[in-house]
Amino acid sequence: MVTGLINENPIIYPKKERRLRTDSSTTDEFTPEPIDQLEIFDILNFGNCNPFVVDIKDPEHPNTLEDLRVVTEDSVEVDDENSYVRVTFTPTVEHCSMATVIGLCVRVKLLRSLPSRYKIDIRVAPGSHATEDALNKQLNDKERVAAALENPNLVEMVDECLPSEE
Amino acid sequence: MKLMDKNLGLVEVQKLEGHTDRVWNVAWNPAADGVLASCSADKTVRIWEQSSLTRSWTCKAVLEGTHTRTVKSLAWSPSAKLLATASFDGTTCVWENFATDSESVSVLQVHESEVKSVSWNASGSLLATCGRDKSVWIWEVLPENEFDCAAVLTGHSEDVKMVLWHPTMDVLFSCSYDNTVKIWWSEDEYGDYNCVQTLGESNNGHSSTVWSISFNAAGDKMVTCSDDLTVKIWKTDISRMQSGEGYVPWTHVCTLSGFHDRTIYSVHWSRDGVIACGAGDDTIQLFVDSNSDSVDRPSYKLLLKKEKAHEKDVNSVQWAPDKESRLLASGSDDKMVKIWKLASEP
Repeated sequence: MVTGLINENPIIYPKKERRLRTDSSTTDEFTPEPIDQLEIFDILNFGNCNPFVVDIKDPEHPNTLEDLRVVTEDSVEVDDENSYVRVTFTPTVEHCSMATVIGLCVRVKLLRSLPSRYKIDIRVAPGSHATEDALNKQLNDKERVAAALENPNLVEMVDECLPSEE
Repeated sequence: MKLMDKNLGLVEVQKLEGHTDRVWNVAWNPAADGVLASCSADKTVRIWEQSSLTRSWTCKAVLEGTHTRTVKSLAWSPSAKLLATASFDGTTCVWENFATDSESVSVLQVHESEVKSVSWNASGSLLATCGRDKSVWIWEVLPENEFDCAAVLTGHSEDVKMVLWHPTMDVLFSCSYDNTVKIWWSEDEYGDYNCVQTLGESNNGHSSTVWSISFNAAGDKMVTCSDDLTVKIWKTDISRMQSGEGYVPWTHVCTLSGFHDRTIYSVHWSRDGVIACGAGDDTIQLFVDSNSDSVDRPSYKLLLKKEKAHEKDVNSVQWAPDKESRLLASGSDDKMVKIWKLASEP
């Protein structure tokens, strides 16, 4: 049993200058706007200006996944027309055993935030993890994810990384 | 009958609402017309019955309070006197006289983690279960809803998704997260079950998790579906096996690919030869052998594709057991059970 953190000294990146969203003139909340890459990135990392969203915390550190470059804007591929999103994340260390928890957090956050029509794929960045294929398979097996989310210990861990919204 | 020539469509007969979470599996009562069971992540099993008067379906019973987690799969015994349910809570329950005063439930608690599937053999004398602990268990069915462990089969290297007995012989099939289908056979009814064949990538098998298996009515063909987005057809010389020659291996016939673009969770072969598939792309697709009337080699073709059959992933499809109705039941992540009819479009 490993004692202590898996990654004691994570590299924390400077916060990237955020792309300003063009101010939408339509205040009509019923007009659906297509969901794009930035919006999904915001869902996962949450811009400082939005008081209603919270950052996903790295399971081991007080930093967010954005701070640790685990998830960047470029790691989100979205096709709103076909209701599809794929998030590629980069664990901070190659043998990161928290990678399944991070992947689960990303999926849960997206499930809670996106319209139910969305198909979600989660994967680790190619070359970023020792057991990449096994990890990707587990993260995308719907039955395994469902069973895992029925485990109260795991749900508690995920909920700690995703503080509840207002 | 040349199915390909007719203008057939999958017509929605009725949407059955009631489950409060995703529906994982549906199963028709093999002994009574118009009775269907469904199981769900809401921890319950619902029994739906078609009224002989109105022809519409209503929920006749809800089996709850027994499983403490998702009910993943269920199977009626051939006589329909027993209903077996497999759950993420690690137990397999066998219900007798459910929803009556004489209800009796046997709880088989052997798997170390979630139970994924349960299957009765053709005579109802054996029950098989499988789960994430990679094992397959075979039980002997005794009177008074009692069960004796007959075998514990290990061999799969990962989570076993489904078990299914052959329709005419006591040969057991299992499919797994390890991408293989394994075939378990015993030389005689007192002998041990052994894995006599593994259908893997090296013999034209699937390249990712195999979710479901189904046999044609004759039992000489089998269809499998997978996370690799393909459906595969297999065959064997069943008459040689039935004549007591020993085990006859299954061989690959063909692979149907390019039809589904998300994981195919369920496949079922009807008595009159139509293969139905349900997948994560929300569609139900039907395939038939366009050469079934001739002596030519089989040629499987898409009969029809039902887009948006459900609002979300289709987890289970099953044809009604009778020969005429052409009814298909489906269960989905959208919490619905739907009844469809394969009929000529007006």
